[in-house]
Amino acid sequence: MTSFWSAYIIVLTAITIVGTYWLLFGNRSRPSDSEAKTGHVYDGIEEYDNPLPAWWLYMFVITGVFGVGYLVAFPGLGNFQGLLGWSQEGQWKREVQRAEARFEPVFAAYRDKSIEQIAADPQAVRMGQRLFANNCSVCHGSDARGSVGFPNLTDADWLYGGSPEAIHATLVNGRQAAMPPWEAALGDQGVTNVAHYVRTLSGAEPASAESAAGEAQFKMFCVACHGADGKGNQMLGAPNLADNIWLYGGDLETIKHALRKGRNGQMPAFGEQLSEDKIRLLTAYVYSLSSQ
Amino acid sequence: MTDQRIPVIEVTPPSEVGEIDLYQKRERIYTRKVEGFFQRLRLYTGWPLLILYFGAPWFNWDGRQAILFDLPARKFHIFAVTFWPQDFPLLAWLLMIAAFGLFTVTVFAGRVWCGYTCPQTVWTSIFMWAEQVSEGTRNQRIKLDQGPWTVNKVWRKSLKHGMWFGFAAFTGITFVGYFTPIRALVIDLPLGQAGMWANLWTLFFTLATYINAGWLREQVCMYMCPYARFQSVMFDHETLVVSYDRKRGEPRGSRKREADPKALALGDCIDCELCVQVCPTGIDIRNGLQYECITCALCIDACDSVMDKMNYPRGLIRYTTENALDGKPSRIMRPRLAGYSLAVLVLTSLFLSVLFNRIPVGIDAIRERGQLFREVDGGLVENVYTLKIRNMGEKEMSYRIAASGIEGASIVGPTRVTIQSGDVLALPIALQVPRESLQGNSNAEVRFTVKAVGQGGIQDTAESRFLGPGPAR
Repeated sequence: MTSFWSAYIIVLTAITIVGTYWLLFGNRSRPSDSEAKTGHVYDGIEEYDNPLPAWWLYMFVITGVFGVGYLVAFPGLGNFQGLLGWSQEGQWKREVQRAEARFEPVFAAYRDKSIEQIAADPQAVRMGQRLFANNCSVCHGSDARGSVGFPNLTDADWLYGGSPEAIHATLVNGRQAAMPPWEAALGDQGVTNVAHYVRTLSGAEPASAESAAGEAQFKMFCVACHGADGKGNQMLGAPNLADNIWLYGGDLETIKHALRKGRNGQMPAFGEQLSEDKIRLLTAYVYSLSSQ
Repeated sequence: MTDQRIPVIEVTPPSEVGEIDLYQKRERIYTRKVEGFFQRLRLYTGWPLLILYFGAPWFNWDGRQAILFDLPARKFHIFAVTFWPQDFPLLAWLLMIAAFGLFTVTVFAGRVWCGYTCPQTVWTSIFMWAEQVSEGTRNQRIKLDQGPWTVNKVWRKSLKHGMWFGFAAFTGITFVGYFTPIRALVIDLPLGQAGMWANLWTLFFTLATYINAGWLREQVCMYMCPYARFQSVMFDHETLVVSYDRKRGEPRGSRKREADPKALALGDCIDCELCVQVCPTGIDIRNGLQYECITCALCIDACDSVMDKMNYPRGLIRYTTENALDGKPSRIMRPRLAGYSLAVLVLTSLFLSVLFNRIPVGIDAIRERGQLFREVDGGLVENVYTLKIRNMGEKEMSYRIAASGIEGASIVGPTRVTIQSGDVLALPIALQVPRESLQGNSNAEVRFTVKAVGQGGIQDTAESRFLGPGPAR
């Protein structure tokens, strides 16, 4: 904060502490010729001003001393950071270190094992499930069966490959889909035709005049990524169009939209965020889901 | 012949106005030891409670400590039952029963809790006994405190504080032993192997006991305890309180033992001030009922012993009601007492019935936040839930999970699970529903039931919502 506000806080705090002591000691005694009553009257009931135990006074004083000592040791007076050098970030760092030390033996047990071995270990799968719930379920769902735009991880259909190595690479580096927009190249009617053809590939609709027209354009533009039979290419992340599994939806309008605007789905890279131990556990968990 | 004393009149002119300190140094109270019926009663009530407090953590049950409040694991073991935080309503009922029980007893007999069973009183009595053993009787203690620091004084004071600290440590260790297994604690503490928190809390409770019972004593009752203040709200004219029979005792004055008090126009009180010397809160009960009086009945026993020596009847100070003192008829069973007793009875029966019907399984359904719903091939709509199923029983158990509320709903995921005792299972499942079953309802009620396999009575239900696409347009 700016030095003005820092000074403001320091001055107010000092005035309050000094003022509390002044108030306390200022009211400490009463003249001996005054009445032993406070002067308050409630419905005719008056109140004595009897002495309080001296240890109460000492407790007040000790509290104030503690307060001053605290403000000298810890941050509290404006920008002054305290003599002990405590900070929230420092405390957090220490807690991370403690957590890492505590979990080190747990993770170390899995370092020598292969992903398949880890996937067969029930405790590791439970750990992976909890890591998944914390990091992955926001997009892929708690049951990992995905949502519109987020793949279903429990089926055997993979965009970039379902081997442990492929899953590991996906987690570490993330993925970036790169389907280009085709509305300029195809034009409106072309988009409709190709969309119909794509739907025939999975048997969602029978062949028609439009799909026949679309087939020619498909073979011109689409097979480079999606393969000659539309079965996809895991090197590029181009989906298999011949199955009935759709990332964004298999109805005509959705396919036309994909053709017009392209798709740029993104999976974030977790290599910086999560340790290698955790990524391996997650890889094993995801691998175990689809091998059921 | 009666004395004729010249009344003293203040003739000194008032000097310049001085200051009266509104914080006064505390006057030390030296209580005199006395024996009698009520002190024996206090032993009979106090000892069983002490044995219970110190002995309970040492019992084991099924391989673990019988009474153990495991805070980090959030499990509270009491013999055969393990309570979870979800069982806290039971604790609330128990506290209400305790409160109403306290009110009932107070309306009937005043501050018996304070005088006989309050830990502050019990521990202070033990510390006073240690004082008596090390420093001597009341007069010996006063002389010792006023005297110089001799070897004798150092030795006696050290012995007293040593006994105090030892008993305080015993108390502190036992208290911590309710929260962490005591058999391991008593070995780890002296070896320095107990964790930082165990050490800290043991030290804290030891110091708190030492300060409360050794130094603060009646200051707790007089200034800290709220009970002392609201007790008087519950008294009425029929409550049994420790009272000085003014009609019988006044006018007070010393006289020879053989003399007839009536002939001397004196009451039964011989002004020996024994009742003042024995009082642990330092009051004079002859001034009437005061808030400091914890009704420990030391003054009763003291006065009775004097009455015995004087051959007067006992009971100049006794437990009695205001009405009885005024000569009015006393009726102990009255609407207020009946009402409180009935409340205690009702609450206790409710509590016991809830306790014995406790179901050792619980389920919570948490609907997935990330998506409204999922449409799946075949005209099906899916919602994802995380079911949290907790096995609060003592044994491992298998359960079946079912969903209801929407026709044709089926669970995608395991419907039969096995959970260890004390474990919580987080189970992500999806609920699939044909779109027609929703009948256009975009926010339907759905229920998940978990039933123990083979034990029909053990089941629980959680409610949740099923979101769907709404009516087709």
